[in-house]
Amino acid sequence: MSLHTLSVLVENKPGVLARIAGLFSRRGFNIDSLAVGPTEHPEVSRMTIVVNVEQSPLEQVTKQLNKLVEVIKVVELDREMSITRELLLVKVRADAASRGQVLELVQLFRAKVVDVATDAVTIQIVGNQGKLEDFLRVLEPYGVRELVQSGVVAIGRGSRSVSERPERLGRPVPVPVPSATG
Amino acid sequence: MSEQDAGAAVTGAQSLVRALECAGTENIFGIPGGAILPAYDPLFDSVKIRHILVRHEQGAGHAAQGYAAATGKVGVAMATSGPGATNLVTPLADAYMDSVPMVAVTGQVSSRSIGTDAFQEADIRGITMPITKHNFLVTDPAEIPRTIAEAFYIASTGRPGPVLVDVAKDAMQAQTSFRWPSELSLPGYRPVTRPHAKQIREAARLMLEARRPVLYVGGGVIRSRASRELLALAELTGMPVVTTLMARGAFPDSHVQHLGMPGMHGTVAAVAGLQRSDLIISLGARFDDRVTGNLDSFAPHAKVIHADIDPAEIGKNRHVDVPIVGDAREVIADLVVALRTAANAGEQGDYEAWVQFLAGIKKRYPLGYDAPADGSLAPQYVIERLGRIAGPEAVYASGVGQHQMWAAQFIGYEHPCTWINSGGLGTMGFAVPAAMGAKVGRPEATVWAIDGDGCFQMTNQELATCSIENIPIKVAIINNESLGMVRQWQTLFYKERYSNTNLQRESHRRIPDFVKLADAYGCVGLSCDSAEDVDSTITKAMEINDVPVVVDFRVHRDAMVWPMVAAGTSNDDIKFARDMAPTYEDDDLEGGEHP
Repeated sequence: MSLHTLSVLVENKPGVLARIAGLFSRRGFNIDSLAVGPTEHPEVSRMTIVVNVEQSPLEQVTKQLNKLVEVIKVVELDREMSITRELLLVKVRADAASRGQVLELVQLFRAKVVDVATDAVTIQIVGNQGKLEDFLRVLEPYGVRELVQSGVVAIGRGSRSVSERPERLGRPVPVPVPSATG
Repeated sequence: MSEQDAGAAVTGAQSLVRALECAGTENIFGIPGGAILPAYDPLFDSVKIRHILVRHEQGAGHAAQGYAAATGKVGVAMATSGPGATNLVTPLADAYMDSVPMVAVTGQVSSRSIGTDAFQEADIRGITMPITKHNFLVTDPAEIPRTIAEAFYIASTGRPGPVLVDVAKDAMQAQTSFRWPSELSLPGYRPVTRPHAKQIREAARLMLEARRPVLYVGGGVIRSRASRELLALAELTGMPVVTTLMARGAFPDSHVQHLGMPGMHGTVAAVAGLQRSDLIISLGARFDDRVTGNLDSFAPHAKVIHADIDPAEIGKNRHVDVPIVGDAREVIADLVVALRTAANAGEQGDYEAWVQFLAGIKKRYPLGYDAPADGSLAPQYVIERLGRIAGPEAVYASGVGQHQMWAAQFIGYEHPCTWINSGGLGTMGFAVPAAMGAKVGRPEATVWAIDGDGCFQMTNQELATCSIENIPIKVAIINNESLGMVRQWQTLFYKERYSNTNLQRESHRRIPDFVKLADAYGCVGLSCDSAEDVDSTITKAMEINDVPVVVDFRVHRDAMVWPMVAAGTSNDDIKFARDMAPTYEDDDLEGGEHP
């Protein structure tokens, strides 16, 4: 099995997330991570889905996604040719004695303290999965009290856009006129 | 989105009925109830739409399927919220598996009550997401016409399928304006129908090089109305043809190139043909497990050309050498052109040895059955005679089980859309309502439901609809007093332990008495239990055309469907009768190398 990152452009309509999540579960595909958000086009949302499958089931995943009426486009992002990021908020025990060491780690990882209490700090860090894992490993000895992590978002490198001119994809079709009616 | 004619002030319900009219709806099968009630008021006045009041929503759904399968038009079913809508789940799943174009319109509780567990509330859009091609929930009355137009467009184009439109009651009660759209914007829905020229060229090349090719024809050929093109392709190439359960009638059974149906209960020739082929040309078929048997040992030496309108079917089960995405009719027409051009240039395939080999198998292992030793009635004989007397112009709908397989085997189909059954989902109870829908769509045709006594008891309430609405179908109950196919498996695989497959108890009184039941429903009830009465009984049924007829054929209980490839085993292990394997040596395959 290997991880694949899919960018899925969908119509911004109610129920579309349920449709996609349902498709993955009923076809037996494992989602590692899923993130949804708006795009530069208000009528289009973008999902970044990380799936853990072999190459040939991946083709099925892509084809099944494309079959959904509200899915406009599915693109697999090449690991080398794209930027992937996730966001982590973590609450770490930090009293007067240990706070200095924790803050030093924050500096090293170019993370950011977003809240401070007498015996804890809350840190925000953005990066790829490896960086986040490394950061958590070094924080571990101080005592992680709570953490929350976003799904992965990803974008291709270079000037090309996968979501440009989505209207081109959706040329309107004439409504067929049945013979019986006018 | 641009729209025709200025909007007329109407209620949402009037808008819904007008939209259904504009979409070409002529018949709706349905039952009213609280949430859909607003729609039934303007429907009462519609002169374009006939509403047929069924007795159970499952009947409405299967009738819409039967109507669609017999006519190629979109079938329409209507139901109320909650239980009305959930009763449509089985037909929707069935239509999804068999790619039947249908639209189901359901009422939903008022938009402000959605999510509150209101009376008769069910999230039918959520429930039917995995079993519809697409579905909609409409809460804004202005959206009704466009949604209906989209639903019909999606149901009938590309790979056809069921679409559900759930309309909130308050959207139907509100005032709105009606505008039928002239264009639809579906940015994510772009079915490809034109095959790629390069793929056609590549396919034609493989077809010319092959020595043992088979045209593997599926239900897509029926749905795309490609029978004429298929006949041209078959006769141009001389290739053997197999038609799957969903494709019976796509190619004439009387044709010398036809090997019959492949699969679990297919003919020896069709199964051996696929199994020993060096090239399978799949046309609108999907390598279903009931056709391939154990996938790893299926047609081990065959290259595959797989043409389908649904890209997701291509390569799903079997590795493909030449994928072709496109409508079956266009694909076949393009192949004919390519191969005709090649033929004019002197290039032609050489399949002579192969054709002879398969003709030998077809002759040696025809479909057959033994007359029961105790002199009781053979079910196969009943179905064979029915097919002969009613003829290839009649429409046959079946339930699911032994009678379905015998009806697929022993009736000679010559035309598409004359065989209607539940292939993918295998829904018992399909026959009576599907026959009803087919008869509504093709009132001039004789429509026979061939049903088992188990299946019949699941949906026979629609006989009341048939009698009252003047839909004179004919029903042949192949009554073996048991769940025959399950019993057959118990005979073969469960040491003849007949757990819960006996539909009678040991007494002389039949429960129910199907002749009396037919009478109670306003139908003519007939019965037959001996071979000598079969023809006269069928002829009598054929002569009654003003009311539905139900014939109780009391047949032998232990008859089994043969040939058979047991589930999960290899097609190489086909048996043409119990413990009887066909023998054909590869040496018979003159001129062909040992595979």
